[in-house]
Amino acid sequence: MIEVKDIYFTYPTGVEALKGVSLTIKDGEFVAIMGQNGAGKTTLVKNFNGLLRPAKGEALVDGVSTKDVSVAKLARTVGFVFQNPDHQLFSETVEEEIAYALRNFGFDGATVEKRVTWALNLLDLAEYRKASPFMLSGGERKRVALASVLAWDPKVVILDEPTIGQDHRQKENLRQFILQLNEQGKTVVIVTHDVEFVAECNPRVVLMKEGRIIADGEAKRILTDTTLALEASIVPPQIAQIFQGLTFLGFPSDVIDVSEAKKLLVEHFRGLRS
Amino acid sequence: MPSKAKHSLPIIEIKGLTYTYPGASKKSLLDVSLTIEKGEFAILTGPSGCGKTTLCRCFNGLIPHFYAGELKGGLTVADLNVNEHTIGEMAKHVGLVFQNPENQLFALSVEKDVAFGLENLGMPREQMQERVNWALKMTGITDLRDRAPHELSGGQQQRVAIASVLAMQPDIIVFDEPTSFLDPLGAQKIFEVIAELNRKLGITVILVEHRLDLAARYASHVIIMDDGKIALDGEPREIFNSEQAWLLGVGIPKAVRLWRLLEESGVALKGIPISSDEATQRLKEVLWR
Amino acid sequence: MSVFEGFRFRHITSPIHNRDPRIKFLFVLAMFVIAIFFTEFLPLLVLFFLPLPFVWIAGVGKQWLRSLRGAVFLASFIFVFNFVFGYFYRSYPSTTMLLEYSLAMTLRFLVLIESFSVFFLTTSPDHLSLALEQSHVPYEFTFAFTTAVRFVPVLAEEAQTIMDAQKARGLELERGNFLKRIRNYIPILIPLIVSAIRRSLELAEAMESRAWGASPKRTNLYVLKIKLGDLVLLALAVGLLVAGIYVRYFVEIPLLSTFLPQLPF
Repeated sequence: MIEVKDIYFTYPTGVEALKGVSLTIKDGEFVAIMGQNGAGKTTLVKNFNGLLRPAKGEALVDGVSTKDVSVAKLARTVGFVFQNPDHQLFSETVEEEIAYALRNFGFDGATVEKRVTWALNLLDLAEYRKASPFMLSGGERKRVALASVLAWDPKVVILDEPTIGQDHRQKENLRQFILQLNEQGKTVVIVTHDVEFVAECNPRVVLMKEGRIIADGEAKRILTDTTLALEASIVPPQIAQIFQGLTFLGFPSDVIDVSEAKKLLVEHFRGLRS
Repeated sequence: MPSKAKHSLPIIEIKGLTYTYPGASKKSLLDVSLTIEKGEFAILTGPSGCGKTTLCRCFNGLIPHFYAGELKGGLTVADLNVNEHTIGEMAKHVGLVFQNPENQLFALSVEKDVAFGLENLGMPREQMQERVNWALKMTGITDLRDRAPHELSGGQQQRVAIASVLAMQPDIIVFDEPTSFLDPLGAQKIFEVIAELNRKLGITVILVEHRLDLAARYASHVIIMDDGKIALDGEPREIFNSEQAWLLGVGIPKAVRLWRLLEESGVALKGIPISSDEATQRLKEVLWR
Repeated sequence: MSVFEGFRFRHITSPIHNRDPRIKFLFVLAMFVIAIFFTEFLPLLVLFFLPLPFVWIAGVGKQWLRSLRGAVFLASFIFVFNFVFGYFYRSYPSTTMLLEYSLAMTLRFLVLIESFSVFFLTTSPDHLSLALEQSHVPYEFTFAFTTAVRFVPVLAEEAQTIMDAQKARGLELERGNFLKRIRNYIPILIPLIVSAIRRSLELAEAMESRAWGASPKRTNLYVLKIKLGDLVLLALAVGLLVAGIYVRYFVEIPLLSTFLPQLPF
């Protein structure tokens, strides 16, 4: 379980990134931290694994304050996949890359081998085992970075802007993958400004603005609230925008998914005909 | 609403273009033929690796002059045969705005960055100052002129990049996924700037994008590529509504997607909306009697 | 990094900031030349205090002091070296004289540091590159310089991000013996270098697309013009040189140690 209690954080440049944030994420939850660029999303999640430590307030992972544990130790529980895979990749082969963290954590040779094979298969990278990570395409490098974090099977996985630069199909695959991870019991936290992506997953949404949490709840409810959207400077999902203009006809206002939209409209039309 | 003017003159003509990067085993462009008319707002899209970026590099001569490799076929941009003109010459007619805002700004102030291209062309100082002022105004960033690029947000940086390309007053500007690193609101603002350049100044726009939900409403021409070839080429509503576009895995605008799903369930509605506003409007018309 | 802080440019204007960098450089050069003339403590002390009014007018006192603070380590090394070397290998009439000499050498080093610090603190990289261009340095070099400066904060940030990313994979930079610690930096250096190479390629594409090299005669949005203040500074530099030469050859420079009690060793 991850808990932050009224945390404050200011960068050395003077920017006050977190102004009294309190949040609890229970084991097995799927949470999307959303908000405009600069709202404090990445700063917040960096407090979950000790990369940043709050100036005021406390951040607790499974009851232990992050101030009392090293980043390396926290990383065993909280895996963090950074936005740009090129900030991680340095090994000669994909295999080595995935093994890196495992070796850092002190796994023995046999376990490393097992885990590497498992991670390669999980992310469909088996054919690239001996390839150089630098020779792979952008999408493949993203999968290598993801595999290298999942390899040690952390309880919590944080993904920072996983959808940037991805095409539609890649996002679909990512969505399925994340939902699968969550179904397997992992706590998944994504930091994203991609409302369409979140609309299709319908996770818990924590909406941030200027260093504070201004809303916390179901995606359906939050992403369709026009006042909130305006306040947080986010663009509501397309389907939500379409239905906002139709509420006077009796349609519900919290529609974000295209299949649900279709169902509602079809029912309405059938009702009209009869 | 944008419409494809069929009587405009072509400003880009590509016939049977085939290209292989040096040392590559696979062709990046395979027999690509395409016509872009003057004043169009064309969207170029397709799955990752389909050749969109490679094609963009052909428009201004980066291919074949910067990236060697094998280029075959006809490539005429702004009445110039790209094979026979340097990138510097092409730059006067075609501008290219890249994906990463940080890596296309070199100078220590916005003003100097906008002037960079003009300095390279040897423009006299007074004329340059006027152009710089004009470009800053057209992109709405006059108040940022003395700022350093690193202090700016991603959206502001992209506007500087657009201004620096605009300053050279090209006939065509190609945008290669300019909003990748921006949030949706930032992306919207950039699309509005681009649309205004197209509307007010008549600049032909080629926009490579995945975010069709936000960009589709501005397009008068849509081209979808796949695996180095042109898969679909035509009018936006038709293309987005086609079965093939869906099968290619392109991010069809949700409004169009909704229309297709309704049709599959037996509710065929007239017209294909290209934006959420249009969809709401159409639905209101049909449902409110 | 504090010694570098002293060299970083801030967005301020002052009569010193507005001076033509070429003239400022000549002044710094004049100071440097005069510093070489003397090995005596007193004239070097005068030279040491000379930039103070400029520092005050320019309003860069804090950063300037920081650059000096950063130089303290090297300065003390120079002092100790000169003293020890002189004590064991050279004959000096008295130890106090040797002390004075070592202090003088340290001061000479500090004069160099402080004058260059003032120069960089009051000259924007843009201004500097303009000066280089107008001094007929080939544009490729000036451009390389400005681009490097422009990307320093970007690279610094990236280095931090890479360190974070690897720390989140269990990298512990503080652990291990000396050799292991050096090896620990490989996962940070490689992504940084690869990223720099990728960045250079993207920059090159952007440069080409904006007509790099299109015209053999490159123009500039701004031009440096010599103004009255620059002429004043130039006169000061020349005056300083003349004064320095005069004192060197025509004035008997007293040694402080002649007035001080002698040390017993």
